[in-house]
Amino acid sequence: MIRHLLSAADLDAETATLILDTAAEMAALAGREVKKLPTLRGRTVVNLFYEDSTRTRISFEAAAKRLSADVINFSAKGSSVSKGESLKDTALTLQAMGADAVVIRHPASGAPHRLSSWVDGSVVNAGDGTHEHPTQALLDAYTMRARLGRLDGLNVAIVGDVLHSRVARSNVLLLSTLGANVTLVGPPTLIPVDIAAALSKTTRVSYDLDSVLPDADVVMMLRVQTERMQDSYFPSAREYARRYGLDVPRMRKLPEHAIVMHPGPMNRGMEIAPEVADSPRSTIVEQVANGVSARMAVLYLLLGGKA
Amino acid sequence: MTSYLIRGARILGGEPADLLIRDGRIAEPGGAADETIDGTGLVALPGLVDLHTHLREPGREDAETVETGSRAAALGGYTAVCAMANTSPVADTAGVVEQVWRLGREAGLVDVQPIGAVTVGLAGERLAELGAMATSAATVRIFSDDGQCVADPRLMRRALEYVKAFDGVIAQHAEEPRLTEGAQMHEGEVSTRLGLTGWPAVAEEAIIARDVLLAEHVGSRLHVCHVSTAGSVEVLRHAKARGVRVTAEVTPHHLLLTDELAASYDPVYKVNPPLRTAADVQALREALVEGVIDIVATDHAPHAVEDKECEWAYARPGMLGLETALPIVLSVLGERWELIADRMSRTPARIAGLDGHGGSLAVGDPANVTLVDPAARRQVDAAELASRSRNTPYAGMTLPGRIVATFLRGEATVLDGKAVK
Repeated sequence: MIRHLLSAADLDAETATLILDTAAEMAALAGREVKKLPTLRGRTVVNLFYEDSTRTRISFEAAAKRLSADVINFSAKGSSVSKGESLKDTALTLQAMGADAVVIRHPASGAPHRLSSWVDGSVVNAGDGTHEHPTQALLDAYTMRARLGRLDGLNVAIVGDVLHSRVARSNVLLLSTLGANVTLVGPPTLIPVDIAAALSKTTRVSYDLDSVLPDADVVMMLRVQTERMQDSYFPSAREYARRYGLDVPRMRKLPEHAIVMHPGPMNRGMEIAPEVADSPRSTIVEQVANGVSARMAVLYLLLGGKA
Repeated sequence: MTSYLIRGARILGGEPADLLIRDGRIAEPGGAADETIDGTGLVALPGLVDLHTHLREPGREDAETVETGSRAAALGGYTAVCAMANTSPVADTAGVVEQVWRLGREAGLVDVQPIGAVTVGLAGERLAELGAMATSAATVRIFSDDGQCVADPRLMRRALEYVKAFDGVIAQHAEEPRLTEGAQMHEGEVSTRLGLTGWPAVAEEAIIARDVLLAEHVGSRLHVCHVSTAGSVEVLRHAKARGVRVTAEVTPHHLLLTDELAASYDPVYKVNPPLRTAADVQALREALVEGVIDIVATDHAPHAVEDKECEWAYARPGMLGLETALPIVLSVLGERWELIADRMSRTPARIAGLDGHGGSLAVGDPANVTLVDPAARRQVDAAELASRSRNTPYAGMTLPGRIVATFLRGEATVLDGKAVK
């Protein structure tokens, strides 16, 4: 097993499948009255969050606690970081306290890589800048597999602000490893240069959402920040929604079995219409539940558990 | 003054001959000298001249001082360096350039020629007192806002015109600022993979294209700092064919390293302009040989540890260069000594107007001399560098060529590979 999870590219097909299978076992626990395993008793997991993210932090906290680990939450606000402490000094402090794993969320791409060179414990990337969010990709893959029964050969459309999306990067890498066909859809201004060469040769790009929908098994809508408008990535929220938003007429173009995903938090009415978000095709709430199982599997395997 | 007889060195790579240094000049061989150096296997070059050095003093003496930077330069085989203006306070007045010039004289290891800022505070809004700096004791001839681009086309035009009065040259940091907002590394496949904001090649090429046209229009001299892309080479080739008075430099790191190194997220590889692709590296090497790029300049940019031991996005851009420049050029160009002397000494001295530097080691020339052992190979150890900073991207690399001795107007600044003072 690998020591850190910094990028979805760290996972080969075998390891990724092991994590998803382990997550399935973890999910079975959620149905029991006692939702806890003693596996990580006496181990310390630090949640080191330099960005506000209630969803991801709580998910990791629940995952660690269900494995009986001691959890320390360390948020940048109101801590030594706001007094100007460097990431390296914070890392050395956590190291001295005996952290077995550090889960880090950071606004700078690559911060988890840097951290991993300064601590002995495992580092889990919980989202770094516009780089990656590998556990999100794992929970997304888990959700697709649970709903559709397979990943190999699935047509997955990832729609929206790919340029600034760590979710998209991790999903392209992991889904390609697991045999899915990924098409990135968005205005050309929000598709990064050389994306196929950068991530996976099989990745396709389309600027036309309507043409992609009839063949899609999965549509993953990305959050689009309205601030992007000020930078002229697109002219207006209205035009964006019209060209790339998933509304009811567009949803009807999807095959019967297709699902709609969103990593949250959503801009209802911008990239996704409320009727779509709340439809039976939507997996948005399942994704949250699956997040805990996927993160349990990651912590369990990184910290030396046997499947 | 100690006289030196260097026996059997290959002058500019030619046949072994004796070289006598006496009273600050190259003298007719013959007669005794105070010291004799066995030059067997060594190559004698005119002392190297760096058109682009950051010495950090005044303001960031924790990263480098004029003295420590001068020592690094001498150890790298340099006898003259041009000190960039982005100090704190900015070298935008006669007072600051004279201070830097005086500190250089006091250190006495290389000639430190200050570069003056083009605009007040490097703010890109109004011209600094260029004439006052030109007529100061520092006799400034190169003006640059390096680190910042003179982006306003009207201001750039005025600057190019104004310095004609004293044969000055504007050295432009070519970076269209609106195209590089938040930029962290070369825009391409690697930046996409790493999720780091891209610095597109066109941001450099567009400014160079504009500036060569402006220089042509007003008949002025333009120098382009740290050219980094294949596209820039094409623009320069075109401009030179039209007879525009433009010169250009390339750094050792842009001749050797590529953007793939950013994958480590180690900011020791963060530099501005950023490391580019292997295709760019190839084009820059060819342009340097061909003369489309005139010179190698180090862009030696020392940074304190805390400014590099951090997240990539928060790190300052820049890398050390003085002590490794010649070994890197040697590894890139091979033992083409005439070419190396031209690109690292003669032409930079001419662009900077530094009399006495960039000679041909002829009898009567000021004895600015570098002795190199091309057969020696040396592993770069950051801890051994004379610079006060440690941000070298070459740590652990084994490079050819060792600087054995450096003479500044006949005084040894480096002997047996060690700084004399």
